Amino acid sequence: MPLLEIESLAVSYGPIKAVRDVSLTVESGEIVTVLGANGAGKSTSLQAVVGLLPIQQGRVRFDGFDVTGESTERIVRRGLTLTPEGRRIFAPLTVEENLRIGAATQKSGGDTAQLWDQMMELFPILATRRKQLAGTLSGGEQQQLAIARSLMSKPRLLLLDEPSLGLAPIVVEMIFDLIGRLRQMGLTILLVEQNVHQALDIADRGYVVSGGTVVLSGSAAELKTSPDVQKAYLGHA
Amino acid sequence: METLIQQCVNALSLGGTYALLALGLAVVFSVLGMINFAHGEILTIAGYTVFFSIIGAVPPILIIPLALLVAMASAALMERIAFRPLRGASPTSLLITSFAVSGILQMLFQNLISARPRPVPIPAALTGAFNVGPFHIGVIQSLSICATFAMVGFLTLFLKRTMLGIAIRAAAVDFPTTRLMGLRANRVILAAFAISGLLAGVSGLLWIAQRGSVDPLMGFLPVLKAFIAAILGGIGNLTGAVIGGFFLGAIEIGLQAVLPESVQPFRDAIALSLVVLVLLYRPQGLFGAAHSVRP
Repeated sequence: MPLLEIESLAVSYGPIKAVRDVSLTVESGEIVTVLGANGAGKSTSLQAVVGLLPIQQGRVRFDGFDVTGESTERIVRRGLTLTPEGRRIFAPLTVEENLRIGAATQKSGGDTAQLWDQMMELFPILATRRKQLAGTLSGGEQQQLAIARSLMSKPRLLLLDEPSLGLAPIVVEMIFDLIGRLRQMGLTILLVEQNVHQALDIADRGYVVSGGTVVLSGSAAELKTSPDVQKAYLGHA
Repeated sequence: METLIQQCVNALSLGGTYALLALGLAVVFSVLGMINFAHGEILTIAGYTVFFSIIGAVPPILIIPLALLVAMASAALMERIAFRPLRGASPTSLLITSFAVSGILQMLFQNLISARPRPVPIPAALTGAFNVGPFHIGVIQSLSICATFAMVGFLTLFLKRTMLGIAIRAAAVDFPTTRLMGLRANRVILAAFAISGLLAGVSGLLWIAQRGSVDPLMGFLPVLKAFIAAILGGIGNLTGAVIGGFFLGAIEIGLQAVLPESVQPFRDAIALSLVVLVLLYRPQGLFGAAHSVRP
């Protein structure tokens, strides 16, 4: 049984039908990437999956439970969370406060402390920025904070929405390294990316979304050699 | 010199009451993007709680905690009954609803209690004054100032140290992302209302301690002043609300002190003109506006 199963999802953004028909699955332990141009409906799909946008049609199943239409906070408590596009850190709060609030779902202080230590190990830069306001961090640091904040809820499935957006190439490299490390730690990841090369290098499988529908899917290797993907996204003729 | 010090004490005390009320408005505004005009009725409810507690011979030591508790509970109930069903509605709908809640409560007070003011006997210890060197300082004024600073201190600790407090601050920045942290939106909003109720309760106690009576419409004027203070400070900004409250108190007391007798009736008009003047130069208020995203 897949960990996440999205079945003919349709989502409207006001009068615009941003997602028409998106179906995909993510198996436990996988990295699955969703590719597509700006406005293809990738972000909208992710937001709908975690209940931040109303689902018009279709089903979302997580871990065997139908979570369609559930509130965001319930879905997050089930172990599915989203690191949103543009990072969306709480700029006027300190790094520490951002992480503390990420652990809002943790019942015991011991669990929070353990997660905290884990994050400091995974993101050493955040340890040195602890008391700093999150808004004063660099873009790469903010992205690390956003991911660490998501991890504080101990998710089993992490939805990552364009984590490399607006970052310098060397920082992008580091973020992709990190995603690989997270998988080794047992996390399942659904990655939305415009950095097609790197996304396909790290992913097991991928989907290509265009005009709000899935137009192509397959293993990362298949997608890399697919003429359509090469033409549209990899810049080969 | 003596009068100056005394006027400063008066200004701090009046400004403090405005500041607490403005702070309550700002806390709710920061998470919900709505001004709760029924905030003043919570102040009235605190007043009536004291009035009935005295009639009911509640032990004096319990009266203040009881009044604060009732104030918090009524703010929370207000959110649960009137505002939660409108979650996601436009700020205008919420504003109109808050006016409706205010009107309904005033009518209930008038019909179920009395349209006329009810006396609240103030303990003699509170009505006096004491001397600090050459200065003659009112007990209630001093208490107001202490209560204001204590509440601001308490609120600061709450917002910085507790999960719920951090959540309220996070929700003021970005509500959807706060929900992504697994925080229950309704709980955060309810907490914001309860805090605003506590602040209104404290200002209610200070208000009736100065007036010695409660009446159904007594909440209107202070909440209007608090609204002005909140706008002046930069709506939704908590520090701004406190500064705005003190600023407005200082303007009012200052004008009272310097204006000649014949011009006194125009005091409020002049005070508001000064506020308008400030806003002409700083339309976002003294401390700018906190960015707010509705759930």
